[in-house]
Formats: sequence, C-alpha cells, structure tokens
Amino acid sequence: MIIAERKPLEDIKQMIAQYKKILLVGCGTCVTVCWAGGEKEVGILASQLRLAFRRDGGELETLEATVERQCEKEMVEELKDKIQQVEAVLSLGCGAGVQTIADRFEETPVYPALNTKFVGMPEREGLWIENCGACGDCFLDRTGGICPIVRCAKGLLNGPCGGTNKGKCEVDPEKDCAWTLIYRRLEKQGRLDLMRKYYPPRNFQAVVRPGKIEAQRV
Amino acid sequence: MARSFKETLNSGKFVVTAEVAPPKGTNLKKTVEHIDLLKERVDALNVTDNQSSVMRFPSLGTTVLIKECGGEPILQMTCRDRNRMALQSDLLFAYTRGIRNVLCLTGDHITVGDHKEARAVFDLDSVQLLHLVRTMESGKDFSGNDLDGGVEFCAGAVVTPEADPIEPQLIKFDKKVQAGAGFFQTQAVYDMDNFKRFMEYAHQVDRNIKILAGMVLLASAGAARYMNEQVPGVFVPQDLIDELRSAPKGTALRKGIEITGRLIRQIKEEAICDGVHIMAIGREEVVPDIMVAAGL
Ligand code: SF4
Ligand code: SF4
Repeated sequence: MIIAERKPLEDIKQMIAQYKKILLVGCGTCVTVCWAGGEKEVGILASQLRLAFRRDGGELETLEATVERQCEKEMVEELKDKIQQVEAVLSLGCGAGVQTIADRFEETPVYPALNTKFVGMPEREGLWIENCGACGDCFLDRTGGICPIVRCAKGLLNGPCGGTNKGKCEVDPEKDCAWTLIYRRLEKQGRLDLMRKYYPPRNFQAVVRPGKIEAQRV
Repeated sequence: MARSFKETLNSGKFVVTAEVAPPKGTNLKKTVEHIDLLKERVDALNVTDNQSSVMRFPSLGTTVLIKECGGEPILQMTCRDRNRMALQSDLLFAYTRGIRNVLCLTGDHITVGDHKEARAVFDLDSVQLLHLVRTMESGKDFSGNDLDGGVEFCAGAVVTPEADPIEPQLIKFDKKVQAGAGFFQTQAVYDMDNFKRFMEYAHQVDRNIKILAGMVLLASAGAARYMNEQVPGVFVPQDLIDELRSAPKGTALRKGIEITGRLIRQIKEEAICDGVHIMAIGREEVVPDIMVAAGL
C-alpha cells in the first residue's frame, strides 16, 4: 500500500494562508491505514489549522470530507457541493488523490497536506517500511524474495558493495544490508547459485514514466 | 615510465601503485607536486573519483594530468555519479588521451559525502561496469551499436578481504573475475594471516589473478581505532594499535611509516600477493619514505 506522512503544520499553514474557507479531504484507503489522511486525521488537522489561524489573529472556516478512494474520479464526484462553497481544497490523500481532485475540479486550487513516501508494509504497529520501489520488472525470484532495488541503498544487482558491515548498510548502521539478507536466505534455501550468476543492468524502459497499463479483461 | 601498467603486472615484478587525491578546486599545485614526486618511483598512480562522495576535481582530469607529466595513470570510475552513457563517453575520451587502466568501483553512497541532497545514480554496479568495459573493447557500445574506433583497457576492481561476512564478498569477487577484472586492489589489510587466507581463496578462483594489497598509512593510534570502528571491512590488530600508542610523542607518523613499510616488506618477501597499493590519504609526500622503509 501507499505510505504517506503529513507535512509539518507550519508548511501547510503557509500554503493556505491566503484563504478564509477551505475543504479538507481525506481518503479512506492507504492513508487511513498508515494514520496520515483518514477521517480522524482530517478532523485533527482542521482544528489545528483553525487554532493556528486564530492565534495569528485570523479566522479560517473548514469543511471536512473523506472519500473512500480519492484516486478515483467517480468517487471524488461526491465532493462537488462542498467544493462550490470553498476557495480551496486541502487534500490528505496521496499524490494520486490530490491530482484526481485537481483534475476533476479544475477551477479550484488543490493543495497537498501529505508527503507521499513509498510503497510499503507495516512492520509493527505504527511503523511502515519500504519494500518495493515499483520498478516494473520484479527481480524477487532471483533474490530469495528480498528486494535489492529498494532495500539495497544502491539498488545493486550483483552482490554487496564494500560498505557492508557486519550485516548492516554503509548508509545507515541501523539498516540491514539487503545483500547480506539475500545471501543468508539463499544459503538457507540451498540456492546460492542464483547469487553467483551475472545480472545485466536494469532496463529502465520496464516502466516508461509516467507509467501506464492497459489491462486485458479476462 | 616506459612500461605500461599491464606489462608491469605481467612482468612478475613486485608491483607498487600509489593513490593521488584530486583537489577541491582548481589549484592543482599540490597534486602536480605529488605526481612529480611519485611518477618515477611507483608503477602507476591511481586517482580517486569524488572519493567518499566528496565533490572534487575529476579523476579523469587528473589522469590526463598524470599522463602529461609522464606518469602511468589508473582511472578510478565509480557508478555513483554517472549513468551508463556518461561512463562510456568518459572511457572513450580517456582512451584518446592515452589512459589505458581503469579501476571499476560501485562507489560510496551519496549520503556519506558533502552533497547529501544529490541524486545517487547507480545505474550500473561494479560488475556491470566491468562488463561495459569488456563490451566496448569488442567494438560495440553497451547497447550493441558499432563504435568507430575502439578502446582497450587494463581493467581492475576492488575487493575487501576483511569483509564481514566474507562469503558474499567472495561471491562478488568471483563475479568480478568472470567479468574480466585483470587486477584487484584490496581494501586496507593489516592482519597478514587473514590476508593469506583470502589469497588462498583468490588463487582457487584464478591462479593468475593479480592482487595488490591495499596499504593505508596509519598516522596515529587514534586513526587506527577510527579505522576499526568506522571503516567497514577494515581490521587493525590490537598489537599494531599498541605499537602506535607506545611511540614517543610526535613520532606516531614515523611509526606508521615503519609499520606500513614492514607489512609491505613481509608481503614481498613471503610473496603473499603481487604487489601493493599505497594510500597515504593526504600525506602523499611520505610515500617515498614508506617505500624506503619497505626496502623497495
Ligand atoms: S524488484 Fe523490488 S522494486 Fe521491483 S517490483 Fe520487485 S519488489 Fe518492487
Ligand atoms: S551495504 Fe548492502 S544494502 Fe547498503 S548499499 Fe551496500 S550492498 Fe546495498
């Protein structure tokens, strides 16, 4: 799922400083699960902003809404009435959500309240880690199910760099070296021959950015 | 220097190379001094490429300078700052300037250096870069297009004999040999028993592979401890640290020179490997002293 993080309050406040009435829009999917932009976070941010405006001697009126999936055109349609009542929209969706609203309601400025970070998974309650970089050409069959593209800081395909240190990465002594993990897993599975093979450089045409997929119906 | 580095490697002579660090800026005075001091004394001068991810005068420019000064340069190339197109262009240019040796490295990560916000490239890794060099030598670029005028390089790579765990490092070493690395320069080694064990493995992979032991000058006990704590894949034995610590005040550097000289002498006398690569890291002017201490 998509993992996002709220921007600092001060940054959000500056973005919308010129408005008197805005609509905050949450999303009921990924960003609800990662505690960044669900209904609850919409409510908290709205009251924080009202308070911050008042502290500066101003006044901000807020409307709130949370759509099930902000990245779907049909679903943001329900915002129409509320958007007509405000000067701007503050989206607590991921970048795709922000753009869906911005495309559908072209007359209204839409601002991002979140920084969209990565495709990740929960490691434990409240901690999400990046495990896939959506590279478009999945390599996991050759690495024992451990992604070398994002979990190795350099995205190396042919084994560890010289910076690997007792199982940790040169970039961050807290982070496991992906290639040590891959080695250990392949060793356990008796598949080290996979690591001995040469892998040519990645094909960056696997996803021509911006990506686009037209699925065949089955 | 009449002999090419490749000829030297194959001559059976004990090979000595030294590292030259380009300046941060355009003042090349010190670099030229180091080149002039060392070019006749060592078999080749190896130039770092934005070492430790700190932006500097380019490795390529410095190797051209060495060539102009009459030395034999080894061009270090990392994959951190250039994609496969830029790497190929630089190799084409290097070849036309008489540069015949290239050391292929992955490179440190951007975040350890002085431009932490920059984008790290790593389009290739070191093994792929070796393949790139070999592909270009076949007269084709890395996309299979014909080259009008080819290249030929003595390509080398690096290996960390003290890596922990060692097995993945050895697998990668093997892959670099398969990819056509003609010589290896090692990360700093101080423990000769460990190093001999590594050499046994290296000779199992390829009996003829040329290995130059990395010799990093230890200028103080503190520097030695720093290496142990902060530099991945480096192990300085306690007795060397004690020896440095017991040196009278103001003589630690002399002690470090003596230790490096002694290690080199041992490597040569016991024929542990084919030569050494001396890294004096900011103290290039003492390289001749190290060589004297080593009896070279
Ligand atoms: S290789 Fe890594 S980044 Fe690419 S699709 Fe697989 S998990 Fe995702
Ligand atoms: S230490 Fe490991 S994870 Fe970190 S960059 Fe090197 S190979 Fe990749």
